[in-house]
Amino acid sequence: MVVPVSEVVPETPTTVTLTFPYPPAAEPGQFVMVWLPGQDELPMSLSRTDGPVKGVTIKAMGETTRSALSLSPGTRIGIRGPYGRPFDLSPRRVLVVGGGSGTAVLAPAVEAARRRGNAVTVALGATRAEELLFLHRLSSVEGAAVHVATDDGSAGERGFVTVLADRLLEEGSFDALWTCGPERMMEKLRLSARTRAVPFFASVERQMKCSLGLCDACAFGPFHVCTDGPVFSEQQLAEVPDFGRFKRDASGSRVPP
Amino acid sequence: MAEGSYRLGSLTLRNPVLLASGIWGESGRSMAEAYRAGAGAVVSKSIGTLPRAGYPNPTVEVLGPWGMLNAMGLPNPGMERYPEEIAEARALGTPIVGSLFGKDADEFASLARSMARTGVVALELNLSCPHAKGYGSELGQDPEAVREVVRAVKGAVSLPVWAKITPNTHDPAGLAEAAESAGADAITAINTVRALAIDPTLARPVLAHGTGGLSGPALKPIGLACVWSIFDRVRIPIVGVGGIATGDDAYEYVLAGARAIEVGTAVSTHGVSVLGSVARGLEEQVRRGGFPDLDHAVGAAHPR
Repeated sequence: MVVPVSEVVPETPTTVTLTFPYPPAAEPGQFVMVWLPGQDELPMSLSRTDGPVKGVTIKAMGETTRSALSLSPGTRIGIRGPYGRPFDLSPRRVLVVGGGSGTAVLAPAVEAARRRGNAVTVALGATRAEELLFLHRLSSVEGAAVHVATDDGSAGERGFVTVLADRLLEEGSFDALWTCGPERMMEKLRLSARTRAVPFFASVERQMKCSLGLCDACAFGPFHVCTDGPVFSEQQLAEVPDFGRFKRDASGSRVPP
Repeated sequence: MAEGSYRLGSLTLRNPVLLASGIWGESGRSMAEAYRAGAGAVVSKSIGTLPRAGYPNPTVEVLGPWGMLNAMGLPNPGMERYPEEIAEARALGTPIVGSLFGKDADEFASLARSMARTGVVALELNLSCPHAKGYGSELGQDPEAVREVVRAVKGAVSLPVWAKITPNTHDPAGLAEAAESAGADAITAINTVRALAIDPTLARPVLAHGTGGLSGPALKPIGLACVWSIFDRVRIPIVGVGGIATGDDAYEYVLAGARAIEVGTAVSTHGVSVLGSVARGLEEQVRRGGFPDLDHAVGAAHPR
């Protein structure tokens, strides 16, 4: 469906949220294919899932995502979806760990979990203070406890968010850990959660083409990220030798994650 | 049909339902999952000499319930790296038909030699991709070129060689005849039909490449007609493909003249378990049709 961009909201120096009218129902954790005509079509987790106006939050990584930062309201873009499996929102006490732009997919899950009355603890990490995504949005979710770590110590505690998350796991009791961020960060968290028998769910990113479970571009062990993910459980990830070790480029060749 | 009892030329397969090329064939583990889901064998992604990224997105467009349009642009890791994917699938017991694309007979023959060393059970020559410049149907619309490619590959390897032909020509059966005359062991028919989707709001083609190939339910009557006319003109087995999602669809292809069938787009629309359900459904339809086995049903819709 081709829709006009409603708003372009700068979030960090390298991240922007686009909102657009898109009525189909969506759940936190699902993604859409965003087509910038004449450039490319990319998979983007929804950072806004409620109501008729949806949103995606885009980090400048390559040519197309960089150009998304300078889109203006009214620009027409194509949206397909939503696709994929969402987060299971039923666990009563959740630890949510976001690394950099990975927080985009977690924010609507945090809000939805709180609306259900579940306890939510958030650990937000980034390289530096300005790159913390949705700090304000998540801090204003009533009843969500937000903790921060930055690599350079410019906000919250200095160090990796995995260290912060380990401490929160040690100090608290959780029925689930949800995460999205750099894959090596998520792989560390998977091991921490497994050691403490906390059910673990990660939103995984891979190259995508069809998004319909057909082309194999997002092959991920015995799974496809587009139809079996993007949210995977610890048990599923244990079957995926790729996780944290390699991904595939557009030709299907194995490359470092 | 008992496990491992179905014969297709010199091959023995557990059933006559294969995963079509282009679907799930980039990673070895995906091919193994398709086999586990009930396919008799799996046709690989079409592999060329060098790694190829394919076209930029959008590469697919869903056309309501009747089909899908794609222009992937033959993405593949290249013949040097692909054997590790085949090895992974074979380690999990998967029989693989290696699909190849090249620009001429020499390139096809060289790829065939490399692919034969990976332990595939047969080769399928992609003479029919409708959207890759210099490859596929650009080459495969010419019966003389088809003959040259098949002859070169037959001279290079001892594996069964299947020629996958294009419907984007006035005489698909003529292409099948050319392949048979050059020694092909089977004909795979058909590949996608060249097609276009335009976005009216943006007044531009949806796919980055412009035109693409139509697959899915809309392809079935076209594929049936091609298999029907090919059956009248060649004696080698025909592998039918195009719009098959049920045992009934597969049975219609068999009645038109196919000895095996391939399933592609339905893996997306119905899930990968469709491979097993088509195999079971086909067996059931053959039995209900009163045929002692599938061989007796092949081409049975033709006047005798």
